[in-house]
Amino acid sequence: MIEFRNVKKDFSGRPVLRGFNLHVRKGETMCLVGTSGAGKSVTLKHMVRLLKASSGEILIDGEDIQPLEGKALSSMREKFGYLFQSAALLQWLTVYENVALPLRERTKLSDGEIDRKVRHVLDRVNMSHALGKLPADISGGMQKRAGLARAVVSEPDILLYDEPTSGLDPVTSRTIDTLIHDLQSDLGVTSVVVTHDMISALTISDRIAMLHQGTVLEVSPPREFLASQNEVVRDFLDSQCISRNFFEEFPERILK
Amino acid sequence: MALNDPYECPACTNLFAQWGHNTLAFFQQVGQAILLNSRALFMTPLMFRKRMRTEVAYQLFYTGIKSLPVLSVVAFFVGMIFAVQTGIELARFGQEVNVGGAVTVVMLREMGPFMTGLIIVASVGSSIGAQLGTMKVSEEISALEIMSIDPVRFLVMPRLVALMVMMPFLTLYTDVLSIFGGGVIATVQLGVEPAAYLDNALLYAENKDLYTGLFKALVFGFVINMVACHQGLTTKGGAVGVGKSTRSTVVISFLVILITGFILTKFFYG
Ligand SMILES: Nc1ncnc2c1ncn2[C@@H]1O[C@H](COP(=O)(O)OP(=O)(O)OP(=O)(O)O)[C@@H](O)[C@H]1O
Ligand SMILES: [Mg+2]
Repeated sequence: MIEFRNVKKDFSGRPVLRGFNLHVRKGETMCLVGTSGAGKSVTLKHMVRLLKASSGEILIDGEDIQPLEGKALSSMREKFGYLFQSAALLQWLTVYENVALPLRERTKLSDGEIDRKVRHVLDRVNMSHALGKLPADISGGMQKRAGLARAVVSEPDILLYDEPTSGLDPVTSRTIDTLIHDLQSDLGVTSVVVTHDMISALTISDRIAMLHQGTVLEVSPPREFLASQNEVVRDFLDSQCISRNFFEEFPERILK
Repeated sequence: MALNDPYECPACTNLFAQWGHNTLAFFQQVGQAILLNSRALFMTPLMFRKRMRTEVAYQLFYTGIKSLPVLSVVAFFVGMIFAVQTGIELARFGQEVNVGGAVTVVMLREMGPFMTGLIIVASVGSSIGAQLGTMKVSEEISALEIMSIDPVRFLVMPRLVALMVMMPFLTLYTDVLSIFGGGVIATVQLGVEPAAYLDNALLYAENKDLYTGLFKALVFGFVINMVACHQGLTTKGGAVGVGKSTRSTVVISFLVILITGFILTKFFYG
């Protein structure tokens, strides 16, 4: 579904991705973890061609997206929903209008249908009470949830989440995790989730990819990831006090 | 779009090479800015679409109506100042009555569009630069691109329409108010009858003066939007970057207005 083939990217001569290979399968949830500055956001931005690779190929459904322009680029992007690290809501539109925007601009749905869909997704992210508020008047966590609603409202095939739980309290974080998990199982979307939060990564993902210094160090399912012998992976897990018995110890009701 | 991959000056120690690269980068930016606004200009027919109408209406309001208070004060006082100064000189020859013609011709031809332009740069242009700049650094522009919403249609075009429609109207307003301000001085201080002031104004001013002035205003509207939107959309580097693009919006627009104003004057009055 999404494939990176030996992708390299440098910013003014400074390499950020150095021979990056990754394959995200259709319908799976892949988590990208790694230290700050490892290139996680940069990787996501390559998937929607917000950034262009210096060399290498990025295939979406088998098609190389590097040379796309104009109409072809827009229709490629229509497959995606994207939750930005900063939510990136338009500040002069209300929460409701922000979520309605992709439907208004991309589809020919009637106002009634748009209204129904918008209310439905906002209800799912528990934002029904803040429909008329401006982004500046709501908390960071609420902005994230509104951003999430905007990303999913047009029912894309692929969802990209850039740190959906960073800056949120643990309880809300788990709610978001559940939401991502439910969306994936209900709609069968392919998801790529960038996160620092190992609890999220372990509970929602089918596979976890560890990024380190611009390459993919290890890709494996959560249980194998926990048992990994790789030093960088171990450091990353240990620093968050994630034990090898995570799945046995973590409360079942939160794991789902 | 080209805005996303700007010309990067390679870091080189050779001074001349650096100059060369900077020159290239400069011309690339000018080209980008012109292209950006030309695309917006070709998209203006879309403003009548249902989804764009409210945005265009809001921008017209924001650019036009919201600028009236400051313009009123400036126009009135500039008219008075000009009348005081020319009055002093004309009085030496007993020609006070000609103050009407002097104020009117100068305002219609040059000062009206120029002053309106500067005020709109400082108020509307800077706010466009800051707003688009903030949107750029907070990834809102990227969010639009991913939703396949063209920022040129969604953001640049409504502002272009507002500036190009409103600049001539605001200039006309400035002209009228400053001529009125000049009239107040002529009557109160120079003892010229209001009717004589107006007659004299109409004697010297021609239709051409009005039209060229308004045409200039239209061009200034285009130029202000061009600089502000380009600076805004190419902002880099957080809050500091937004500050920089706001500043350069104002500075560059001032210069470009001066230069295009001169060129147009040469063209019409040679
Ligand atoms: N537009 C850009 N221009 C120059 N350098 C950039 C740009 N975007 C990212 N970088 C650099 O690329 C590197 C990786 O950035 P990226 O945002 O992908 O990190 P990240 O893994 O998402 O980190 P975090 O967890 O802190 O969000 C950083 O060193 C950053 O400085
Ligand atoms: Mg990041």
